[in-house]
This record gives sequence, C-alpha cells and structure tokens, in this order.
Amino acid sequence: MAKITASVFTSHVPAIGAAIDLGKTTEPYWQPLFKGYEYSKQWMKGNKPDVIILVFNDHATAFSLEMIPTFAIGTAESYQPADEGWGPRPVPVVRGHPELAAHIAQSVIQQDFDLTIVNKMDVDHGLTVPLSLMCGQPEAWPCPVIPFAVNVVQYPVPSGQRCFNLGKAIRKAVESFDEDLNVHIWGTGGMSHQLQGARAGLINREWDNAWLDQMIADPAACAATPHIDYVREAGSEGIELVMWLIARGAMSDVPYDATDLEAARAHSVEVKHRFYHVPASNTAVGHLILENT
Amino acid sequence: MSLDKPYLDVPGTIIFDAEQSRKGYHLNQFCMSLMKAPNRERFKADEVAYLNEWPMTDEQKQAVLARDLNRCMAAGGNIYFLAKIGATDGKSFQQMAGSMTGMTEDEYRAMMLAGGRSAQGNRVVGEDGDAQAHHQPQGQAGRQGTN
Repeated sequence: MAKITASVFTSHVPAIGAAIDLGKTTEPYWQPLFKGYEYSKQWMKGNKPDVIILVFNDHATAFSLEMIPTFAIGTAESYQPADEGWGPRPVPVVRGHPELAAHIAQSVIQQDFDLTIVNKMDVDHGLTVPLSLMCGQPEAWPCPVIPFAVNVVQYPVPSGQRCFNLGKAIRKAVESFDEDLNVHIWGTGGMSHQLQGARAGLINREWDNAWLDQMIADPAACAATPHIDYVREAGSEGIELVMWLIARGAMSDVPYDATDLEAARAHSVEVKHRFYHVPASNTAVGHLILENT
Repeated sequence: MSLDKPYLDVPGTIIFDAEQSRKGYHLNQFCMSLMKAPNRERFKADEVAYLNEWPMTDEQKQAVLARDLNRCMAAGGNIYFLAKIGATDGKSFQQMAGSMTGMTEDEYRAMMLAGGRSAQGNRVVGEDGDAQAHHQPQGQAGRQGTN
C-alpha cells in the first residue's frame, strides 16, 4: 500500500530560483534565507520519498486564459521547465509518475472533486523552486513528481475548506494504491505578498505566523479562513496559502470524517522544521516540514 | 441576488475576477505570447506593430507602451501575465511591483528590507495607511513624474 509519510510546505518565489541559478545564495541578501533550508536538504537526503505530490499554482504559464482549471493533475511521463519570459530555468526535467497520478485522478474524481487531467504541460517556478530549495542542484531530481496545479490566479479560487477536503481525498486515493510507495505531499506558494498596485509589498509577519500556528495545531479551523482574510491581512497574492491546506489535509492526523474522534486521536504529526523570513523580493517566505508519527 | 465580492474595498488592489478577466482577455493573451523568444524579439523590434496584431483596446495598448502596470491592471491585466512584459524588458518581479507604488526602485527595496509594507491602515479603503489613494504617489519616482 502506498502511504503519505510527510508534508513539506514552502513559498516558491521566482527570485529564489534566480538566486540559485545565478550562484547568489551566499550573498548577504540571500544567505539568511538559504540558511533556513539547510536542515531541509539534509532531511530530504535522509527521508527520500518514492514520489512527491507537489501542489503548486501555475503562474499563467501552462494555463493561459484559454483554459482555467481549478484543480489539475499531471499524469505525464515528464515535464519540461517552462520559459516564463526569462528563458527556462537550468534545472532537470521533472519525471512524472503516470500510474499513481492516474490512480489519484480516478479516485479523487470518484470522491466528487473535479480534476483536470493534464498529459502535456511545462512546469514553472511554482514547481521547480521548491524542488531546488529542498534538493539543491542535482543532475536529476531524486524521485518522480506528480504536479498538482491549483488556480489561485483568477477568482473565484477554491476555498481553504475545499482544498483541505481535497487533501483528505488525495490521502484516501494514495492509500488505495497497491504498490508500496513512500509518498510526500508538498504545499507550495504563499505567505504574505502583494505584487500589485499601491499596496504592493504588504507583509504581515504576525498574521503569517499565527496562521502557521493554527495550520499546524488546528488545521480544520485554519481551513475555515475566508478568502477575504488572506487578501486583507496577507496581500492579494497571499491567497496562494490555500494550497498549503491540501497538503495539510492529506496528513494522517486529519480524520476523513471530522466527527470520527477515535480516528482523530489515533494519529499525530511532528513538526520537524519551521522557518520564516522576510523578505525575498516582494514576499515573506514560510517553510515547514511535518511528519506523520 | 448579486454576486459576493467582498474584495472591492481593499485599497490599492484589483482582484482578478471573472469580470476583470473578460475585460483583459486579449491583453493577457498578448502577455502570454511573450513566453516565446521569437515573439519577444518581434515585440522589441516594433512594439506598436506587434500590439496591433492583438484585438486590444487603445487604452490597453497605451498602458503597455507606457509600461504603466497600474493602468494595465485597471484595463483587465493580471500581474502574473503582465510579468511577461517585465521579463521581456529584463526586469525582476520586485522592480515590476515597485513600479506600481510610485517609489523608486531603491525606496521600494528598502521598504522590503525593513520588513515590508504594514497591513496597518491598509486593510480597508478609508483608513490612513500608505496604500490609500490620498497618500499616492508614495515616493520620489511618482513625485518626479517618472513613473
């Protein structure tokens, strides 16, 4: 049986990717940020998964305004790094896991979540920057990755509650896959940022950290946070945080049925690492590693 | 019953909803075209001619030519799409976002290094924070009329 053993949460700022690609990680501006990921890279080496389900948002790269899927799962063999206007990032091609991805699509759609199935797409910094942060600059990524894209660009975007419930459905899907696989689920993007208008540069350190506290300790309550709170408190692009709730909902301490108190008591999660930093370009950077115990 | 849009009273912010998306469709699709290197070259060689290939409004074209991202957003642009214009110009996201505040690049970077813009006074239109309309432009760039 496949099993989700850990979740990783991180911002996926494009400038972080550029800093890595251009060899700037030890510069004074970037050094404190990358220091926050040193533990994570070691942890990755000691906890190498067989597959990563990587929840991210496409930044008007694979999906233009021609098609706007709310949730999209990649079922391809591989994915090329995208040219976002600066040329493609010099990172390895992302290998997929078509069998598990197709299984998740089948299961999750049968659990009443509509996923768009994607057999061809390029992946942008939303997916590749988290891989770089956690794995460094390897010749090849350490394992296959299932891209799971969420629309947080055009409103209405899915609610935190829906994302949280989707995470539960993904866990159920993974646990019904026959092959023994160690699976990680990553929720990426987010923390305070606003990229637009006179309000650009908004950072709310207190709110971000309170949100993190609640997401760890009481994720069901955190999932009830309405969109408008993210916008007012963490900036218009702070809405990306709803994606973290997909990974959080997939952890085993979240019972599929919220009224199943026995199930809720049977599991817990351990915080392996937590990090927060301001700024990276326009944003706050948040990072968390949780393990199922 | 009208649609629920609780985000209309956030200062200095345009939420890209279905209405904005409809308005900005061709503008944003033009931006997408800049993901291909040959298109970037054609745009740089003759911006007006390239823009005229798209059924955009005059206001949208003028806003792009002026690199006025606030005007682009008001005309239906979305920052994730508009970023392709900045990438074509060799600008970072920070430079692009900063250009929308009226601050110089140095002023904006200094604000971010100091912890960013406070949410205090900037949650709802009518408060007194630095993102409110009556405090624009915020910096030297806006005051010099170079923004």
